[in-house]
Amino acid sequence: MTETTETLDITRSKATSRASRRGTEKSNIAGRKAKDLGFRVLISIFSVIAILPLFFIIFYIVKEGISAISWSFLVNLPKPVGESGGGILNAIVGTMMLIGIASVLSLPLGILVGVFLAEFTRNKLSYWVRLSMEVLQGIPSIVIGIVAYLWVVQPMGGFSAFSGGIALGIMMLPVVVRTTEETLRLVPGTLKEASLALGAPYYLTVLRVVLPAGLSGIITGIIVSVARIAGETAPLLFTAFGSPYFNTNIMKPVSSLPLIIFNYAISPYDDWHKLAWGASFVLIVFVLAMNLVAKGVARRWRVKF
Amino acid sequence: MNAALTQNSPVHDTVVEEADARAVVEGRSSSQPEPPARGRFETGESVFRTILWASAIGMVVLLGGILLTLIIQSFPAIKEFGLAFVYSTNWDPVAGEFGALPFLAGTLITSFLAIIISTPFSLAISLFLGEYFREGFLSSFMRSMIELLAGIPSVIYGFWALFYLVPLIRSFQMQFNIPPYGVGILAASAILAVMIIPYSASIAREVISMVPWGLKEAAYSLGSTRFEVVKKIVIPYARSGIFAGMILALGRALGETMAVTMVIGNRNRLTFDIFSPANTMASVIANEFTEATGDLYLASLIEIGLLLFVVSMITNIIGKEVIKRLSRN
Amino acid sequence: MTNRFRGSSFISAVLAASFIFTGLAHGAKDELLGAGATFPYPLYSKMFDVYHKKTGVEINYQSIGSGGGIRQLQNQTVDFGATDAFMNEEELKKSSEILHIPTCLGAVVITYNIPGSPQLRMSSDVVADIYLGKINTWNDPRIQKLNPDTKLPKMKIVLVHRSDGSGTTFIFTDYLSKVSENWKSKVGRGKSVKWPTGLGAKGNEGVSGLVKQLPGSIGYCELAYTIQNKMPRAVLKNAAGNFVEPTLESTSNAAAGKIPPDTRVSLTNTDAEQGYPIAGFTWIILYREQNYGSRNKEHAQTLVDMLWWMTHEGQKFTKPLDYAPLPQPAVDAAESILKDVTYNGKTVLK
Repeated sequence: MTETTETLDITRSKATSRASRRGTEKSNIAGRKAKDLGFRVLISIFSVIAILPLFFIIFYIVKEGISAISWSFLVNLPKPVGESGGGILNAIVGTMMLIGIASVLSLPLGILVGVFLAEFTRNKLSYWVRLSMEVLQGIPSIVIGIVAYLWVVQPMGGFSAFSGGIALGIMMLPVVVRTTEETLRLVPGTLKEASLALGAPYYLTVLRVVLPAGLSGIITGIIVSVARIAGETAPLLFTAFGSPYFNTNIMKPVSSLPLIIFNYAISPYDDWHKLAWGASFVLIVFVLAMNLVAKGVARRWRVKF
Repeated sequence: MNAALTQNSPVHDTVVEEADARAVVEGRSSSQPEPPARGRFETGESVFRTILWASAIGMVVLLGGILLTLIIQSFPAIKEFGLAFVYSTNWDPVAGEFGALPFLAGTLITSFLAIIISTPFSLAISLFLGEYFREGFLSSFMRSMIELLAGIPSVIYGFWALFYLVPLIRSFQMQFNIPPYGVGILAASAILAVMIIPYSASIAREVISMVPWGLKEAAYSLGSTRFEVVKKIVIPYARSGIFAGMILALGRALGETMAVTMVIGNRNRLTFDIFSPANTMASVIANEFTEATGDLYLASLIEIGLLLFVVSMITNIIGKEVIKRLSRN
Repeated sequence: MTNRFRGSSFISAVLAASFIFTGLAHGAKDELLGAGATFPYPLYSKMFDVYHKKTGVEINYQSIGSGGGIRQLQNQTVDFGATDAFMNEEELKKSSEILHIPTCLGAVVITYNIPGSPQLRMSSDVVADIYLGKINTWNDPRIQKLNPDTKLPKMKIVLVHRSDGSGTTFIFTDYLSKVSENWKSKVGRGKSVKWPTGLGAKGNEGVSGLVKQLPGSIGYCELAYTIQNKMPRAVLKNAAGNFVEPTLESTSNAAAGKIPPDTRVSLTNTDAEQGYPIAGFTWIILYREQNYGSRNKEHAQTLVDMLWWMTHEGQKFTKPLDYAPLPQPAVDAAESILKDVTYNGKTVLK
């Protein structure tokens, strides 16, 4: 506070000294106003430039992607190199499987830890849990890929959708935990007290009163975390590995949308570039739709208190 | 362990503390009613508590396990090269000699350059949303655009950069008679800058919009223009928040893999020329991990992963610490 | 109240169980996983597609580079690896016996991106000096001397090499080490080497993709990739002193010499009169004893049958995809090696 007051003093003294230096008060005001306008324009221009890439990216993906998209593109498997046509069914199925496995593994744990953090705010373990969460969220995804390789792929003797799901599940955890905790904290204490006062035991209070009250927030968190992992590529390079076949076995390798975008994008084949644009289009539509749904859930089903 | 916990800190008490409504529950706990249901509830209660504690402990164990795995698996490289690993520039799989300096440098250079490129833009956006257009159509439009920008997967950024940004940089290099690689540090930093703008901007915006009205009004009443208010009041006030945003964005840039791998050029040499191709810690792992023949090679790549982990962990903790201190004030 | 809760946990248990069961049920299906060289990838993807249609066996092949193929076989994460660099004694000693089955012949060509895409003639010392960074413009007198009729552009040469461990790199650096003492002492040969200069790209796809995008660039990659992408190829002076264009025929010519029983042989800079100097076999590698991990006998049978098909019937797909088919001596060698593959000590091949 004091610091800012000082700044104010400086402002005033500088302004006065400048005024006396520059001569007439009038032209000075005009100059300051011009500067003000100039800055406002500058801010607007920079802001617009910053979001220009977004428009370019979306424009190119729509332009190149839409021509690749067709029904057969979505329901066919890729063809051997050099033969045109082919689709991305394997990658769509793979992405869905990976998301499914990651969710099954991380949601129960993530929600429980979220409940723990919301309920036990002031103990030693919650401090450590919170710290681990922050660190976990900051781990680069490629490092999680290494860990999943060492934990799952090497001991189990093979690349698999399962190992990819574990890597993605670890990435989902922090988001699920945080949103669960934040939502549950917003549930008013009176609700809990009412339940306890009626004689409900603590665990039923949490399961039947607190969690349902925060359900919309938790679902939003889940959807946001799914959108986050749907586009993850790095940890899949050495876990899910990729497969050109229709595979639903979780112990075998699968492909995923971001994985084929990467593989096809760096190839020299125009056919494959086209597939990559199409896959990008599908992926971006999926991710954006997830974000929209998350917003919708948050807005529509938010429990207001 | 569970029994001990139940005895020492009854759950009800914790809840009471939390809710800060002592009277209600104190009355309750002294006169436990409903004897028939009690046994069943108590089992449920203890099971639930065990599960909660177990999953919380599991979380810490998970992180510890990750760290431990990385340390154990990179041990052969740590033993072989010691500290030289971080300052040697020699990455020679044929001779079995590994030094990570080119990648450390590549990561730091691309990330800092990305911060430098992105800061004017993220600052502009945070002022745009936090000061100039706090409400209304323009603001909500801009906000959803930024959210979209944060939602685009990294591989798509890389793909787009490879096909549109790289040729752009290449034609620029051709005009100025620089070797026209196109790919390289500049391309990687530019795409990183785009990717991290949403992160630094969102934190800076929050802090900027928290600048007390009283301060700003005081300045206005003294005849300041808005520009002067921004320059003398808003930015100094929000300085540490802007800084924290930059640090957190840096943390993200350090570990970014796919987009960088696709446009960095993959050259394992130490370089400080922003037009030249390089490699980062994340991109060398992405390129070489599945094919590292020899245990030392693999251990060296894992050690790079460990270094990357530690560097981004420290960056994140510093950033979060700054924010915590901010919110305490 | 509690009943309903139990009900939901029961449902989730059933869900989890069904998840696992679908996994097991599918495990019975014949499926092979391979990884490795990008050099023969276009050929393999065609062969495996045909074989899948014919027999129903799914073969998932991921082109992650030869180094990766060897590594993943050693880690036993794949059923077979693929490499264009034969494993050396030291590598072979590390695990139980690994066999090499040659599948086709390939040529590593020098491709480039200069205006007009003229066909350039190059000698071995020029190639070596370009990759050593000693020749760094296209209109260098030494290149001009070999190509008197071509107007060379005044452009910087941008070198492109592989960023991943690669058999293509092995063949190429094997050639350079044979023709240039300087290269041998400074860089040497290997699946990944310490490049004096240049850009890295991932896979043959990556190198040809990058060269195609980068004006003034030069790179080395498999012949098939350059034909499919209509990229120019340098004509090289071989050991006999003839300028030879990289074709399927000149590639086969390079393999005219004797082939050792284990087929591990380098075919670069051979003294064949009309042989292209940068050629090599590409191999599929597998364990001799197939009873490891949790593999059953049928799995081993599937693998050996598939390899037999690749070295015989499958050879007809080589030429259309611009690979040179195996010469008869190599097919014979492959046959006797496949007969060596065992399961619990018993020969697998019927």
